Amino acid sequence: MAKIQLIHLAHARSGDKGDTANVGLIAFKPEYYPLLVEQVTAERVKEHFQGICLGAVERFEVPNLEALNFLLHNSLDGGGTISLKTDAQGKTYSSALLRMEIEVDDAIAKEALAK
Amino acid sequence: MRTIRIANGQGFWGDSVQAPIEQVRRGQIDYLGLDYLAEITMSIMQKQRAKDPRSGYARDFVAMIEEILPDLVERHIKVVANAGGVNGEACRDAVLEVARKAGFQGRARIGIVAGDDIMPRLDDYLSRGVELKNLETGEPLSAIRSQVQSANIYFGGRPVAEAFDQGALIVIAGRVTDTGLSLGPLIHEFKWAADDWDRLAAGTIAGHTVECGAQCTGGNCQFDWETIPNLADIGYPIIEAQEDGSFVITKHEGTGGRINLQSIKEQLLYEMGDPKEYITPDCIADFTSIKLAEAGENRVRFSGIKGRPATEFYKVSISYSAGWKAVGTLVYSWPDALKKAQAADRILRERLDRLGLKFDTVMTEFVGANACHGALAGEALPDLPEVQFRIGVRGDNRHMIERFTREIAPLVLNGPPSVTGFAGGRPKVEEIIAYWPALIPKAEVAPEVSVVEA
Repeated sequence: MAKIQLIHLAHARSGDKGDTANVGLIAFKPEYYPLLVEQVTAERVKEHFQGICLGAVERFEVPNLEALNFLLHNSLDGGGTISLKTDAQGKTYSSALLRMEIEVDDAIAKEALAK
Repeated sequence: MRTIRIANGQGFWGDSVQAPIEQVRRGQIDYLGLDYLAEITMSIMQKQRAKDPRSGYARDFVAMIEEILPDLVERHIKVVANAGGVNGEACRDAVLEVARKAGFQGRARIGIVAGDDIMPRLDDYLSRGVELKNLETGEPLSAIRSQVQSANIYFGGRPVAEAFDQGALIVIAGRVTDTGLSLGPLIHEFKWAADDWDRLAAGTIAGHTVECGAQCTGGNCQFDWETIPNLADIGYPIIEAQEDGSFVITKHEGTGGRINLQSIKEQLLYEMGDPKEYITPDCIADFTSIKLAEAGENRVRFSGIKGRPATEFYKVSISYSAGWKAVGTLVYSWPDALKKAQAADRILRERLDRLGLKFDTVMTEFVGANACHGALAGEALPDLPEVQFRIGVRGDNRHMIERFTREIAPLVLNGPPSVTGFAGGRPKVEEIIAYWPALIPKAEVAPEVSVVEA
């Protein structure tokens, strides 16, 4: 087994609704999707975003897109026009999630890191 | 099967001015949809109309129509835009004038979808027990009634379709959902019934895919971003829709950008909540039912989409005044850039304290070190070439926010060394216009559709 960052396994896009940020996480390959489902849990994402996400994290599965959608509540200093943050809309939270490491087989790690 | 081509030429208020013109001129389309409203726009437009009863709509739209009107009339391209803001009539009159001046009398019918502006009826609703509770906090609107700046219903695609049914070439709407701008033409063309939930969901998902303009054609796309060709001439999206609810997302031949499964998936998940419950005035769309397939270069086909009955409510977008804020910045260079910026932060905060200034929030970020990803960015490199010190304050007392803005520039002479980046002058004090989402029973409001000849 090897630990690799999600950026080698998935891409992502994030956006906002009020003070809630959403992050969509999309597997590069169908084979990677079960790894995301198993390891990128709401609890891990909440822990990953500590100091940024001050509320709950919800996770939704979108198997037809080989994707997960996360809602990070209370994460944008009030959001939209209220927020004082540079990233008041959570646009860069997508790449922030891609910093997370998960465990994969050596073969998958080799393949994913080769790209 | 008949195919209808609906182009998006504007993803948000402030998007490319050129995009709608390119969408009309670089290939065949049947409809052009344009989004001109952001949540904050309505409050700005209410203020404009208070000063001048002939204003309160998107003026950019009228200038754009002036340029493309000959194309629209000669090639029968129809337009739908939520450019009406809080004054659809005035926007229509301005477009009528443009059409008459250009010699298109009797050749262009202009429609409006109004009735979304419930600002004048707000107290009536509240007195009848329609509480307009905040969807997120549950608080009743009465708590902030005196601060309300605008209140608008989100209508869906159906009233847009009605305006086209009445022969409109151009439909000017107020607060219509972004998805309704694409769904409306589809309802009109294919006569989809109000309970044809699967097809309405398909049109809604088509609308969601294109509503952010080039964000589905390779813009802001993380997947393989460096190889996406010619972003300088990026093509905006086009829906090629068929009566059965299937559709292809594509763009004009020869334009830049890229449409593939990855660019489409990224956009599908953008601003997504529960993917099984995408609620609009028209239906509930289920994003987990979508089947995607690449269908040639820069073409992605959608099929299999399922929908469920719409709810009994419209969403209401209410804006209200919620205090003041200001953000100031300075740039510190090597050596010790981050340390100097951190020292400046300590010094400034101490001075604000000594002045007795109180704020609801004071927030500091060090751009170049951790502004976007916070602690996830890890320890900053000790030898950063430069760091921007960015500090913001927020509160109810405008005077205190104003005083804060005068304390940034002095740091250039009386704080840590090798500092620059203050040329923009004092930070601006901004009024915070906050957003209050609520629901209202559909029986309480009705869209008002009318069409007149130029």
